[in-house]
Amino acid sequence: MLAYIVRRLWQMIPTMLGVVLLVFLLFNWVGGDPAYILAGKMSNPEQIANIRRQLGIDEPVYVQLWIFIKQIVTFDFGASWSTGEQVSRVISTRLGPSLTLLIPLTILETVIAIALALLIARVRGSLTDRAVMIACTVGMSISILVYIIVFQYWLGYKLGLFPVQGWGDSFAHNLLRYSALPILILLAVSLAPNLRLFRTFVLDEVNQDYVRTARAKGLSEGRILWVHVLRNAAIPIITHVMSNLPSLLIGAFLVERFFSIPGIGREIILAVERSDFPVIKAITVYVAFATMLFNLLTDLLYQAVDPRVKLR
Amino acid sequence: MFASSSHLSPGLWTLAWRRLRADRVAMAALAVLLLFAAMLAASMSGWLANDWADEIGVHYAPPSFIGAQADAAHRTAEPAATEVPPENPLDPLKDVIRELRAEMDGASVAAAAGGEAGAEDSYGIADPLEKELAEIRGMPSGAATHVTSEKKTTLPFGADKWGHDVIKKTIKGAETSIVVGLVAALVATFLGTLFGALAGYFGGRTDDFFNWFYSIFTSIPYLLLILAVAAVLQQKGVTTIILILGLTGWTGVFRLVRAEYMKHKEREYVLAAGAIGGSHLGRMFIHIFPNISHVALVQMSILAVGFIKSEVILSFLGFGVPVGVVSWGSMLNEAQNELILGKWWQLTAATGAMAVLVTAFSLFTDALRDALDPKLK
Repeated sequence: MLAYIVRRLWQMIPTMLGVVLLVFLLFNWVGGDPAYILAGKMSNPEQIANIRRQLGIDEPVYVQLWIFIKQIVTFDFGASWSTGEQVSRVISTRLGPSLTLLIPLTILETVIAIALALLIARVRGSLTDRAVMIACTVGMSISILVYIIVFQYWLGYKLGLFPVQGWGDSFAHNLLRYSALPILILLAVSLAPNLRLFRTFVLDEVNQDYVRTARAKGLSEGRILWVHVLRNAAIPIITHVMSNLPSLLIGAFLVERFFSIPGIGREIILAVERSDFPVIKAITVYVAFATMLFNLLTDLLYQAVDPRVKLR
Repeated sequence: MFASSSHLSPGLWTLAWRRLRADRVAMAALAVLLLFAAMLAASMSGWLANDWADEIGVHYAPPSFIGAQADAAHRTAEPAATEVPPENPLDPLKDVIRELRAEMDGASVAAAAGGEAGAEDSYGIADPLEKELAEIRGMPSGAATHVTSEKKTTLPFGADKWGHDVIKKTIKGAETSIVVGLVAALVATFLGTLFGALAGYFGGRTDDFFNWFYSIFTSIPYLLLILAVAAVLQQKGVTTIILILGLTGWTGVFRLVRAEYMKHKEREYVLAAGAIGGSHLGRMFIHIFPNISHVALVQMSILAVGFIKSEVILSFLGFGVPVGVVSWGSMLNEAQNELILGKWWQLTAATGAMAVLVTAFSLFTDALRDALDPKLK
């Protein structure tokens, strides 16, 4: 087990270096000279040379790459270009609101989608099944933007059931008051694709031999689905949920922007709008690392769920 | 699409076409797609909606089936400004807003009373361009009044803030969104197929390199990668957004095409092609590619659906199409503010058009996959 983890971590190093290299090339070559962005519209050659010296852009490329790697390892990306806040502080303070939103969302959406998928699997092939699947396809074809605009307008503004936007200091208040509508919207958006996917996972299992055996033993259909089938369908479901977690951090950016929630996603949008390269670079690199770690974690979870899986 | 490729390799494509013909949902979806294609061709060639930018209606003209009377009261001098949105009981700032509103009403009354006191604005600075502006204003005044008198009070599906016909705008927006989606899908499929072919066919070091490349791109969440590239490419434009989507979206195609090439390169027909002296490139793209092109086609249509959705989000955020180009995303961006004023038609038009296209496209893609690869079902 330990040997497996060490080997996987070792294998991650080339990919991590690749991500670092990609981000470095993107921002240092394609992006043009950041000194011109920093200096603003009124600039003179002296200022630009000064900024270049401060950023280390006048150094050779390998020195710049080394500076970037050092920044990643020490979590010190310097200050944001637009607000002057330390980038490490930006990330650590924005993580809390994002997680307040995303952890309840992930739990709710997984539980609801699994329950609905099992219910739909009971009536597979029927008219209800087909109608739900068509509703899912139509639901998926409407842009997430429309869900947010319409829900925010009707439930928040017209009916006044939820605050239109905002964020406070107390955790309970944030979770129950300000996160409620964003979570509801993201649930509505994610339910259709998840339900479709989980339904196929469940249907893959329903025709297996062990299900027939369980039926032959005289078990109730409910017990077969909720105990036998669910245990086996859990493996692809776990992969899906776990590997989606890091991208969810970014994927919630639209909701965070509409509801002014100070999370990672909103920070990325603001940073792109302001050409705030240090913030984008830091978030990209760390989210990529998190994705790789989560993939490893998923593989480890497999074994806990399915004893047949042997990690080698 | 099928007519042209069917005589290239009749077996697979004819069979697939027959299966597709039997699927009623697929044929309905195809009909909708052809309708969109015809609309696209008409609007690109300038027959349709070329004059979308003409301000033919009044400011926020409602759809004809509602009628003009709903708004008639405040169209005279100052539309929209007189319309006070209802107070939100949960808004912590509602008292402040009420005060501000009262102040503004007072101010506008005062301004009206002051009338044409002078060219000085509220900052007390005389406008240096005043004379030129007055000339410009005076010049087309005759024509302008002529046009305003002709402006319609209702339009078939309403008008936006500037009086553009929403239907024409939606058609023009469809052009941008669909072209971006299709061309970006073409770029991504081309890259994915090229990389996948090289990796799968040559194997060894080449394969290791492309796998490394693939793992880098997949470990950065897709949207984050798009936003990072958007931040770096400073200029906006249709080409930029096509490049962003195309350069980041090739990974899925790569994985599938690589697996297909690994399977095919050991097949006898490829070995035979090698024995009679076919070059590597010839074997890869003349012999193997026609046999895996259905995979690329299905992937391309999946990508096109995803890219149309992504383009809408990017344009909405302002990282997509430039100002002056209309797309469904920029329409939704305007519609967001219009909804608060109760002008729902632009939102409905863009949403409806997009939902119909994407639903038809996804249903057709599913059917296409089933028809081309019956094993997969």
